[in-house]
Amino acid sequence: MTGTGRISATVPFPTAARRQLADPQLRANLRRATRTIRNRRSQVVDEVTDWEALRAAGAAIKDDVLSRLPELLEEFETRATAAGARVHWARDAAEACAVVTGLVRETGTDEVVKVKSMATQEIGLNEALAEAGITAVETDLAELIVQLAGDTPSHILVPAIHYNRRQIRDILTAGMPEIDASQLTDEPAALAEAARRHLRERFLSAKVAISGANFAVADTGSLVVVESEGNGRMCLTLPDTLISVVGVEKIVPTFADLEVFLQLLPRSATGERMNPYTSIWTGVHPGDGPRDVHIVLLDNGRSDTLADEVGRQALRCIRCSACLNVCPVYEQVGGHAYGSTYPGPIGAILSPQMTGPDNAANRTLPYASTLCGACYDVCPVQIDIPQVLVHLRQVGVDARRDRPSLERVALRAASGLMRDRRRYAMALRAARRGAAPLRLLAGSRGTARRLPWPLSAWTASRDAPLPARQTFREWWAVRASDESAQAAGDPVAGDATHEPGEPR
Amino acid sequence: MRIALFVTCVNDLIYPGTGRAVVRILERLGHQVDFPQAQTCCGQLHANTGYRQEALPLVRAFVATFEPYDVVVAPSGSCVAMVRDGYPRLAAGDATLSAAVAALAPRTLELSELLVDVLGTTDVGATFEHRVAYHPTCHGLRALRLGDRPRRLLAAVRGLDLVELAEAEQCCGFGGTFALKNPEVSAAMLADKCAAATSCGADYLAAADNSCLAHIGGGLARRPGAPRPIHYAEILAGPEEDR
Repeated sequence: MTGTGRISATVPFPTAARRQLADPQLRANLRRATRTIRNRRSQVVDEVTDWEALRAAGAAIKDDVLSRLPELLEEFETRATAAGARVHWARDAAEACAVVTGLVRETGTDEVVKVKSMATQEIGLNEALAEAGITAVETDLAELIVQLAGDTPSHILVPAIHYNRRQIRDILTAGMPEIDASQLTDEPAALAEAARRHLRERFLSAKVAISGANFAVADTGSLVVVESEGNGRMCLTLPDTLISVVGVEKIVPTFADLEVFLQLLPRSATGERMNPYTSIWTGVHPGDGPRDVHIVLLDNGRSDTLADEVGRQALRCIRCSACLNVCPVYEQVGGHAYGSTYPGPIGAILSPQMTGPDNAANRTLPYASTLCGACYDVCPVQIDIPQVLVHLRQVGVDARRDRPSLERVALRAASGLMRDRRRYAMALRAARRGAAPLRLLAGSRGTARRLPWPLSAWTASRDAPLPARQTFREWWAVRASDESAQAAGDPVAGDATHEPGEPR
Repeated sequence: MRIALFVTCVNDLIYPGTGRAVVRILERLGHQVDFPQAQTCCGQLHANTGYRQEALPLVRAFVATFEPYDVVVAPSGSCVAMVRDGYPRLAAGDATLSAAVAALAPRTLELSELLVDVLGTTDVGATFEHRVAYHPTCHGLRALRLGDRPRRLLAAVRGLDLVELAEAEQCCGFGGTFALKNPEVSAAMLADKCAAATSCGADYLAAADNSCLAHIGGGLARRPGAPRPIHYAEILAGPEEDR
């Protein structure tokens, strides 16, 4: 079953990226923020001497999970149920939203507090709740900023990364009527304090909280939330009812496996040795925490992703967003260009797999990368994102072999030339001769400033190189014949194509 | 040791000076180099754009051409990465081809790997009296893990002043067909790279891949006072060789 909800771009990536590039403030904000986080990450990762072993362990545990997911999910369900939780299963976004909405309705409340959660963003839960007359209040500071701005997150970990603090101040004063705008500065501490006061009342009055989970432990039935602000701890402990929406890939087999991931995640995500708050809960404990604990296990395209032998490694992802922070494409365009809850390199391999191959806009995502490999280097669970990107490109091309395509005609012709040395040599010669007139247009560096379509896509932003006056193989042939002539005792014939002093 | 030069299609047509430079360096060090005429293109463009079926014949042709040699050397990090990382994946499913690829791929080396690891030298006897910045291209840096080999070779060149390039390990934005499929993003990345190159005070910007250099150089050509792009092999071949 293919995934639905907010994991699908509506316009092709190049179009969306072009729009984002037009905003210089956005690019400045992104550059500053991504550089700060990635430098911090690299410092705290460098101090861990067994980091590579930890990465390998993280990948191995996740691969083990993916190889026996049904069994582990059932184990998790059994343990969580035995501990007093109620486990629900949802095939897609609509089912998950219906389950959660129904559970909230049962409580009779019309306001819920939320812990920042990718899964609930993915299924568009806030919108579904609003339709049912239920107000969802985001309690993570950055998520709250995005919500008050009527915007969507642009980063997995730092949802408001596209705003600077001046913009954030304006969003908070517009969205929180109780704030005296003349008193609020754009100091981070002042902004956090304003949000804290705004949220405190809601924490104390809320009857229902909704969260995601970073990990679901099969052998204990526990859920784990890793966070920085303490808002999560409030949501997870104060309300009577707690509903957690959890992607099926969040499973880890045993409690001891958390040892690996609780080292990998904070260092990769926020560049901290350890995150301030880690909450772990197992079912219901009378007199302590929520009385009703619900867990919604979400598929939404994950089973389809699991079916692809190369692409399934995307399901190892622990949502640290290290790949976003090092991606040179993300740094230029930000998260909204990817059109999905999951942006950046991981989004480019996750979203198209979750929605399936018929989604035209998502088909452009695997091409939203130069294959520079920076994402693979930092991934704490060793997802070879460049490999999966190329794989998904191949899957897309193979699936559409029967459709007309200029690109395929051109690449097929090039392949035909290149597999035959004679045709190839002739083509090189023809290209060299054909380019000769272009040399008249070349600047002092021997490059062309403007070329006709389709090469104009290149020369719009940069000069184009021109074929040399003599190809390498022509030079080699001349040299070889000179050498044999020399060997035969003849004087070396003058060769006009060689510069004086050039080596032989 | 039978060394074959895989010049790469881009160098064959557009940058033959880089191929000549490799020949000159190796001959100066006392090695004979062969240029198998049957060679064409490694197929990277096809494979990375998603055209696996069209890339596969080029894999077969490459293997047939270079199998007889002890070492294959190419002045291109990305083409060598294609052979070493991409070929095993493309050949999967064909046992004969897979075996041939498994045997040939480890013998296919980027120039700095041949010089430093196999021939055991960092001083190739070159002179180049200019300020040079080195841009580590992505596939050389992250797929081949060339590390500081090219920089060590450059540092040993007489007269050469190696200057630091800010954010050197950031991708330049070329990415093969990426530059055509996402031209605006590519141009934005290029602008950052050109700004760093122009402000670092170098006369030349060196790299191990002429495809990246065509892109960067194309941007630098539009900036007054910008360094000139040069393949590092052409520096190592100095003093006479010029582009």
